[in-house]
Amino acid sequence: MTALRSIHISWRFLRVWRRNLIVYRRIWKINFLPPILEPLFYLLAFGVGLGSFIESVSYRGEVIPYVSFIAPSLLAINMMYNAFFENTYASFVRMYYQKTFDAMLATPLSLEEVITGEIMWGATKSFIATALMLAVVSAFGLVAWPSGLLILAAAFLGGFAFGALGMIFTGILSSIDLFNLPIFLFITPMFLFSGTFFPVENLPPWAQNLTVAFPLTHLVNLTRGLCLGASTEGDWWAVAYLFGLSALAFPIALLVMRRRLIK
Amino acid sequence: MASTKNRKIIEALHLHKTFGDFTAVEDVSFELHRGECLGLLGPNGAGKTSTVRMVYGFSPMTSGSLHIFGKDMRSQWRDIKYGIGVCQQENNLDPDLTVLRNLEVFASYFDIPRQEAAQRALELLEFMGLEHRVDSQVTELSGGMMRRVVIARALINRPELLILDEPTTGLDPQSRHQVWDRLELLRSQGLSILLTTHYMDEAARLCDRLIIIDRGKVLVEGPPSSLVEEHVGRDVVEVREPSQELRGLVRELGLRHEDLEHRMIIYGSEEDRLFDRFSSIYCSGNCLLRTATLEDVFLVLTGRELRE
Repeated sequence: MTALRSIHISWRFLRVWRRNLIVYRRIWKINFLPPILEPLFYLLAFGVGLGSFIESVSYRGEVIPYVSFIAPSLLAINMMYNAFFENTYASFVRMYYQKTFDAMLATPLSLEEVITGEIMWGATKSFIATALMLAVVSAFGLVAWPSGLLILAAAFLGGFAFGALGMIFTGILSSIDLFNLPIFLFITPMFLFSGTFFPVENLPPWAQNLTVAFPLTHLVNLTRGLCLGASTEGDWWAVAYLFGLSALAFPIALLVMRRRLIK
Repeated sequence: MASTKNRKIIEALHLHKTFGDFTAVEDVSFELHRGECLGLLGPNGAGKTSTVRMVYGFSPMTSGSLHIFGKDMRSQWRDIKYGIGVCQQENNLDPDLTVLRNLEVFASYFDIPRQEAAQRALELLEFMGLEHRVDSQVTELSGGMMRRVVIARALINRPELLILDEPTTGLDPQSRHQVWDRLELLRSQGLSILLTTHYMDEAARLCDRLIIIDRGKVLVEGPPSSLVEEHVGRDVVEVREPSQELRGLVRELGLRHEDLEHRMIIYGSEEDRLFDRFSSIYCSGNCLLRTATLEDVFLVLTGRELRE
């Protein structure tokens, strides 16, 4: 029993990852649209619309245009959304409705490889979407190079962390409708209060402390530093936080999925 | 010594499977020999699926031992799974992919190189009579076609052992016969098959040997024909609305029978000449003589109450 229960991960997770890539490529034109159009909408609404009210924001001791402040936020939010939605709704559909995991588990793949492949795919989706969005944002002159390239690494790391978190919910929630709960209680507050649309310093001190716990706060800080070419040594804390979160969420995701699927 | 061991494709000893307080499989032991088709028969919830899921390494055993191809499932599950093809109960084809892609992607889970996979996939689809649906979306297929794709997919790794969990449930008669025809061909080519079903005609047609299980336990085991002979005899007389006199006579003679209020079923051997004896005196068009079938065995052994 212990042999079956212990964790089995090998390179075979790439097979699962590749299955998702094949499906993604089949409708790549549709998959490419949101990360290209979304930043355009947001930059128009916030940059032009709202930006006429808020011309500049103070960031790390410098005054920067509002549009420069929110461009990295859009990138970071995009990372979170892509990975989290992939490993909640999309993974749940594959697991529960399509029984794709059941079919895989009748092959030499282990459960851990299936779930690892899924989470790595979530991180990859975050990476691809970020690459596309980065190209659009860069066209507006809002990305500092070459540090901007490291945003792609942040996209993968952040994607992995949010994907693993999403996978935990997929492992424990009984129906697809219940995903509204983590989205309402977890994703939406982060979307608004992680230093995304206004500096965290504008919040009362108790709320500021709360935002430190949000994974997105760290992903936004990291991305903004890279995007503006203003990274500081403090940004390593963001990297450490995201690695730590991944190291914690990933094994929990494997555990809850094992509980759910292996009967 | 090695060759006799090699003859055993499956050796399952004292398999137990519990889910919390519920015991799904209780002390099930069986063997499957090379080239044999073994059927697991039982009503819904008998433990058929729980048993085969342990055999293909999907669910861990609660206790017992399981050797497949002479390898221990606990320690060598990955090796074993390379040699098994599984057709699960649900049609879990990938709806995001075409028929051909389904097989190709599945082949990659077995480390089959891409070119080889494409070639095998086309061969298998042709074998299952699906060469005209190679590029179809899975969602466009009928139930019967989906089942055939699932079987083709289960053969992509050229398995030594094919496991089929209720392969024809929900199919129309034409599709069932087509599936049976293909399975018979595979069997004649020497493939070892483990099959679960609750269709008696399917079991009688495909299986060399049957195990009837109920409530997680093995009731009987043997070739279909000997099970019938042993447990119900050769002839069966069914009497609609039997008279009290007939009921009395049957009891007096000590004949094996079942009395179902509006119907009486009397089991006997050919020598009894049951029908001749009854028909002239007690029957007025309400008696039917027929050959005993596996279904009689099944109902005698597992009872008639509904399983839900």
